[in-house]
Amino acid sequence: MKVTGAQSLIRSLEACDVDVVFGLPGGAILPAYDPIRESSVRHILVRHEQGAGHAAEGYAWATGKVGVCMATSGPGATNLVTALCDAYMDSVPLVAITGQVPSWAIGSDAFQEADTTGITMPVTKHNELVLDIDRIPGAIAEAFHIAASGRPGPVLVDVPKDILQATTEWAWPATNELPGYRPVTRPNGKRVREAAALLRAARRPVLYVGGGVTKAGAEAALRELAEASGAPVTTTLMARGAFPDSHPLALGMPGMHGNYAAVAALQEADLLVALGARFDDRVTGNLATFAPKARIVHADIDPAEIGKNRVADVPIVGDVKLVTEELAAAYKAAVTADGAADTEAWQRATAQWKQRFPFRYDQQDGGPLKPQHVVERVSALTGGEAVVVAGVGQHQMYAAQHFRFDRPRSWINSGGLGTMGFAVPAAMGAKVGRPDELVVAIDGDGCFQMTAQELATCTTERIPIKVFILNNGHLGMVRQWQELFYDERYSEVHLGFECPDYVKLAEAYGALGLRCDRAEDVDATLEKALATDDQSVVVDFRVDTHEGVFPMVPAGRPNDEIILGPEFSPEEQAAATRREVRTQ
Amino acid sequence: MSTHTISVLVEDRPGVLARISGLFSRRGFNIDSLAVGPTEDPGRSRMTIVVDCAERPLEQVTKQLNKLVHVLKIVELEPDRSVERELVLVKVKADPSVRYQIIELAEMFRAKIVDVGPDALSIEATGSPAKVQAMLELLDPYGIRELARTGRVALARGGKGIADKPLRVAARPA
Repeated sequence: MKVTGAQSLIRSLEACDVDVVFGLPGGAILPAYDPIRESSVRHILVRHEQGAGHAAEGYAWATGKVGVCMATSGPGATNLVTALCDAYMDSVPLVAITGQVPSWAIGSDAFQEADTTGITMPVTKHNELVLDIDRIPGAIAEAFHIAASGRPGPVLVDVPKDILQATTEWAWPATNELPGYRPVTRPNGKRVREAAALLRAARRPVLYVGGGVTKAGAEAALRELAEASGAPVTTTLMARGAFPDSHPLALGMPGMHGNYAAVAALQEADLLVALGARFDDRVTGNLATFAPKARIVHADIDPAEIGKNRVADVPIVGDVKLVTEELAAAYKAAVTADGAADTEAWQRATAQWKQRFPFRYDQQDGGPLKPQHVVERVSALTGGEAVVVAGVGQHQMYAAQHFRFDRPRSWINSGGLGTMGFAVPAAMGAKVGRPDELVVAIDGDGCFQMTAQELATCTTERIPIKVFILNNGHLGMVRQWQELFYDERYSEVHLGFECPDYVKLAEAYGALGLRCDRAEDVDATLEKALATDDQSVVVDFRVDTHEGVFPMVPAGRPNDEIILGPEFSPEEQAAATRREVRTQ
Repeated sequence: MSTHTISVLVEDRPGVLARISGLFSRRGFNIDSLAVGPTEDPGRSRMTIVVDCAERPLEQVTKQLNKLVHVLKIVELEPDRSVERELVLVKVKADPSVRYQIIELAEMFRAKIVDVGPDALSIEATGSPAKVQAMLELLDPYGIRELARTGRVALARGGKGIADKPLRVAARPA
């Protein structure tokens, strides 16, 4: 059958079971927008290409499937770059399709020409400029395979306009031709047994769980491993929800703004079993003093992560689900053969830290509204039955700390790149992927203003999301650093509460706009917001400007220097610093 | 820090050189030399890259290279178990009073005179990096006007080719 390149492209997307594409047309990609009218693929017209990229990310986070976005050449493609980089850092499976100027014009500085594959080379897992119409199906099939397999990531396919307009005979490729791409998924059994032997013998083990656990769908295996071994579990910012916060072995989030118990447990541990985690600087703090007493088992699908930051005593390359399942089985066999080490004192110590040094804040009656209180009430009133999406900054940390995550894939954020403006479009994408879920964006006022235009997309495409802005009138995290490290010399962080008027802005976009600035009104406001499901809701929560995120390990400092914050007494801080364990 | 020679077998695709050189620069590695050309297998090219770095960073860069979809194989070539050669073209100031001294010097290195002018000679030399360096040092006092070097190319000794060897990274039991 004769097809145009554009038809071939859209048919290829259909063949890859794509149900939705987020995009925005323009000159070079125009031919592809004609066959899309008849396609089974739903196209969602965004208001800015960055929104398309983050929406595709949100969709991928929420569903585990590959998110797809589409844009034209030049500025359309460059507007995707932030989202591609974000997806690269957080290993989000994404396929981006961009139009390009006609192949005969490439290199001539033609209108809306940019070297898209050149620009995106460092921020994609792979990319390709398609210069042969018969290569389109193969390029698309390979893009989906590469994006979803191994360590997931973004793949970009750039197609010149004349290639889209040419005609050829339709042929779907039977196999991918990727001789240089063979991710290792099956772990080495000897290494797994070595890891099991270390875990069996450890008296202070910790499972250090990263985003790879959710990507691999290893949550059930993780739970089995944790319960079998009794090893406490820390879930990084990328892994919130991978292990239930309500579980007795859950220590919560490690890192710069993590739970004291999680940070302290990593510092005191004699064994870390890192599963799909990458020893990121926000977790380790000063690397040389991180987990100084621990031997390291490091399991990851990406061999380049192992030994990158911290040398592993037992490296395991493989799919984290397979690794965790096999490790649980090998652990049980090792215990049967040699008996288990006594970890009871360790469990008591970590549980005591968790109880004694929790996240603490002070919501006074009649006092300024605390952002943590809002998040806690969202968690309580939804019963945790929501997909929570955050931008980047204080609100992101409050959301990660105070929402109780008990379900996998219920938390979506920008972890590695730290992209402000991620939340609104990512929430939109998540809602498209899981339409029956309540999708809540917990956003900051600074973040919200970067991508708020996608509320128009939400309204016109009937994608109702909730956006709860923790509005402190500032670039709050930057303000906090200026307060702590620049002697309160505040520089260019004040945004103001009044401009824009978020309620009016919400209404202008066809959303319900609400405002709340008193703790006693939070529940009623949230109930009204949660009861509205025929349109999006934006709530302007006016929160305390002076509230900071704690605990905190200052950037680059040892985790041992964790600061509990103003809600703890000097005696409590001293006890925490020496990692005191009380004997009852 | 020490010098390492790595041989990289790649698919001959547009942009593959940019992918590899870009990876080195963005991961903070300096390339001493890079030579690239076709192989016995059409559609495949071989890059010989000389990097100056410690053992652990080298492991990281080979692992990162391995992740590039168009990279097929990577091996590190140990100096004592491989043959390394470089070709140089060097233009030396040579008025008639020193011309024969320079020609004699070139002959000692089995180099060839490939161009002669009234006040200059061009010499072609191939050899191990050490030999090439020694010759250049001896020519230096005469005045080197221009120098072009190919960068190092290398092959492992013995009967086996790069495609017969396991991947450097995958070879380590994971």
